[in-house]
Amino acid sequence: MSDEWPLWEVFVRARRGLSHVHVGSLHAPDAVMAVRNARDVYTRRGEGVSIWVVPSAAVTASSPDEKDAFFDPAADKVYRHPTFYEVPAEAKHL
Amino acid sequence: MAASDERDDAFHAIIDADGRIEPRDDMPDAYRRSLVRQMAQHAHSEIIGMQPEGNWISRAPSLRRKAILLAKVQDEAGHGLYLYAAAETLGVSRDELLERLHSGKQKYSSIFNYPTLTWADIGAIGWLVDGAAITNQVPLTRCSYGPYARAMVRICKEESFHQRQGFEALLALTRGTAAQRAMAQDALDRWWYPSLAMFGPPDTPSQERTATHTEQSMRWGIKRFTNDELRQKFVDMTAPQADVLGLRIPDDELRWNDERGHYDFSDPDFDELFRVISGDGPCNEQRMAHRVSAHADGAWVREAASAYAAKHATAQQEQVPA
Ligand SMILES: [Fe+2]
Ligand SMILES: [Fe+2]
Repeated sequence: MSDEWPLWEVFVRARRGLSHVHVGSLHAPDAVMAVRNARDVYTRRGEGVSIWVVPSAAVTASSPDEKDAFFDPAADKVYRHPTFYEVPAEAKHL
Repeated sequence: MAASDERDDAFHAIIDADGRIEPRDDMPDAYRRSLVRQMAQHAHSEIIGMQPEGNWISRAPSLRRKAILLAKVQDEAGHGLYLYAAAETLGVSRDELLERLHSGKQKYSSIFNYPTLTWADIGAIGWLVDGAAITNQVPLTRCSYGPYARAMVRICKEESFHQRQGFEALLALTRGTAAQRAMAQDALDRWWYPSLAMFGPPDTPSQERTATHTEQSMRWGIKRFTNDELRQKFVDMTAPQADVLGLRIPDDELRWNDERGHYDFSDPDFDELFRVISGDGPCNEQRMAHRVSAHADGAWVREAASAYAAKHATAQQEQVPA
């Protein structure tokens, strides 16, 4: 382990009414510096009104790769979608 | 080994469908190595690229030009940071990447080993060097590796300001006095061929040195066009712009070819390119010495910030307003 500053994941809310979205990561010694650095690195042109930083080490991910059986249970449940249901054309606003 | 074949199959299925590979996906070692090398060299180029332009911040001819140049150089630092962060998603550390730059194990773009002798060079760099960078980088926004492609989207948005401010700075000179026009022409004369060389060695196998990584990179969806294709795009884009400036591109062979639908032009001196890459350019030593000493001089700041963070870590959880 080096004495490198820890890694932070940066999330930016582009404007009021939108969620924070992941924009990238950066190194910083602590949370306050991570927010300041995130402002300089990721919002030099008014890209956001709010920033979250999260230690990368604190992120728990679903699975080592992003395509395995973990998401399969949803695949065969087409009846969860409105398009699964056939209704007569004259029934409006359904 | 069946397991590793299966993993490679999943990788190739994504590549064949023009999908994106994400950090925790299985990928061939060679793909990972090639990406780390390319992203690191790209990041190194961004941060070394601050030097030739930083050289003129204190001597910019007006407050307006100075503010613009500061913003551009700051952007280049940002580009380096996006790219280092993208490279780190492949399991290599920032310290390691910087060590590879400082020890000369990894290179940066040869263009930054040329000196910025006059103010017109700053205009020429924005117009030509950032213009060539854009030509290289726009296809990389569709690169098969997700974090690299996303970093390139951000970078390309910012590069467009870089190119336009350079063109505008040159335009101001070409509309000025005879001495200012001569200064602009001199900058174009010196920066034209080094800019063409930014696209790397030629594709043609008849040449002794060929673009070694191109073929594999294209199969992997990292590269979308060959070096010569990109060079041609750049010339086609730039030649009419030189006319607007009223400057002459220093190439007697340069002319529109109706049949090809492209400009004909002469190649840069590729022997010079390889000499500069291997360390024998006008400013290689100066650039590396400055980079290494800037890093060493900043060590106390990094250490102080770490010490401060450690001292306050136990005291209280930092509250960050959302
Ligand atoms: Fe850049
Ligand atoms: Fe740039």
